[in-house]
Amino acid sequence: MAKQKLQFSPDNPPLLPLSRRSVLQALGISSTAAVLGSGLAQAAGSAAAAPGDAAEPGAQILNMTVNGEPHSLKIDPRTTLLDALRERLQLTGTKKGCDHGQCGACTVQVNGRRVNSCLSLALMHEGDAISTIEGLGTPEQLHPMQAAFVEHDAYQCGYCTSGQIMSAVALANEPYGTSDSDIKEAMSGNICRCGAYSHILKAIKQARG
Amino acid sequence: MHPFTFNRASSTDQAVKWGAAPNVRFIAGGTTLTDLMKLGVEHPTQVVDINRLPLAEVERTPEGGLKVGALVRNSDLAWHLAVKQGYPVLSEALLAGASGQLRNMATTGGNLLQRTRCMYFRDNLSPCNKREPGTGCAAIGGANRTLAIFGTSEHCIATNPSDMNVALVALGAQVHIQGNHGSRVVPVGEFFLLPGSTPQVETVLQPGELITHVALPPPLEGAKSGYLKLRDRASYEFALASAAVVLQIDGGRVRQARVALGGVGTLPWRSPAAEQALVGAPASAATWRAAAEAAVRGAKAQSENGFKIELAKRCVAQQLATVAARV
Repeated sequence: MAKQKLQFSPDNPPLLPLSRRSVLQALGISSTAAVLGSGLAQAAGSAAAAPGDAAEPGAQILNMTVNGEPHSLKIDPRTTLLDALRERLQLTGTKKGCDHGQCGACTVQVNGRRVNSCLSLALMHEGDAISTIEGLGTPEQLHPMQAAFVEHDAYQCGYCTSGQIMSAVALANEPYGTSDSDIKEAMSGNICRCGAYSHILKAIKQARG
Repeated sequence: MHPFTFNRASSTDQAVKWGAAPNVRFIAGGTTLTDLMKLGVEHPTQVVDINRLPLAEVERTPEGGLKVGALVRNSDLAWHLAVKQGYPVLSEALLAGASGQLRNMATTGGNLLQRTRCMYFRDNLSPCNKREPGTGCAAIGGANRTLAIFGTSEHCIATNPSDMNVALVALGAQVHIQGNHGSRVVPVGEFFLLPGSTPQVETVLQPGELITHVALPPPLEGAKSGYLKLRDRASYEFALASAAVVLQIDGGRVRQARVALGGVGTLPWRSPAAEQALVGAPASAATWRAAAEAAVRGAKAQSENGFKIELAKRCVAQQLATVAARV
């Protein structure tokens, strides 16, 4: 990702409305990198930029369906499924937490099964059907699991929530039991550092019926 | 991540042909390899995707055992009816490992090749003979609370992290391997290598060889089995000590026994001494204690992991009692 200078100033206001995300993207930094020292931010920026850059030599075409929509991307082999979703398709509802399969924030469904998208190379998903939180419900018509999370206040900061919900929805296809301890065990791959676990448990129990 | 080329194999023959080139890694679930590539510990120049190979089936063998394809996902194997009924120890071990998401990705073949969680191996900075042969071992005298008490050498004390492997060793599974020059079958007990002076060589697998199946012998008639994993938290954590136990009890006496320990060895650690203490002995608390004592004989503590000797002993005794009490 090449660093760009903003072309506008107080005397030269932007023509298009800006979001927090578009400003950060234009600055070539992520919200995480912004809080680091400038040297670190540069290092983080260049390391994060390479995998998503379609101009890299060795890039290959990837065809996959995301939330029912077919996509064809030219992609660097190093790109994870998580980065393809977030950086190439701008589906930023799926979160990057640890990026090492230890937190579950990146949970999406591949052909109906929940997986950690951070540990999967995007090119492994040729022909696959991916579901993310954006495909689950709409603000007007929430998926029952989303509605249950709202009703039971099953989050505080919300960073883990899309992963929690994608994981909880996929449980319907897995032969876990219905007791509290069964659900806790089944959900142990989704960490919530705010500690909303008891509310998450209530939400899942309600949505599962 | 270092740059690499990515190719999708459409047949096993093609995969092993591509795999014979230097610095190639096969990728299936990706749960270990992608992680280690991000850390810079693994840096293949070619990655061969084997997910399209026809190795995702669980089949009955003519002898009454099971032939498990290398691409069968850990969750599918754990929930498979034939596994739950005939090999509970394997189902329980698989479900004790990782998380629901990771088990949906991780494969039977990949789990056999899971790399250690020793932090000095993973940090890509410290001396580590497994990662950079000849640099030394930072874990000896370092933070080694989670590391091995069996099978260590002066060059490496890293633990084999897998739960599945412990059950496979207890069950006497066989690993089917295909290479560019043919196929071979290796008993799982001979598949893993002690670190010795070459901890970077972890298995008998030669460069380019691919695990195609894992075969389980027919279940011992009337035998009961199970897996107990002890760890720092109740779920989603690696074992400090674990025990895979298979017991055949008849007329109040143990006829056949298989005992393997996890979380304590540089490889999944079968205990012939514990098995010897069990076979022919009465099914009693005294026998379980004697077998557990035998299981930890010869254990060697490091600076921070001496507690594992007592923990492993109690783990074995507890699990023998639990399995014996099962109907």
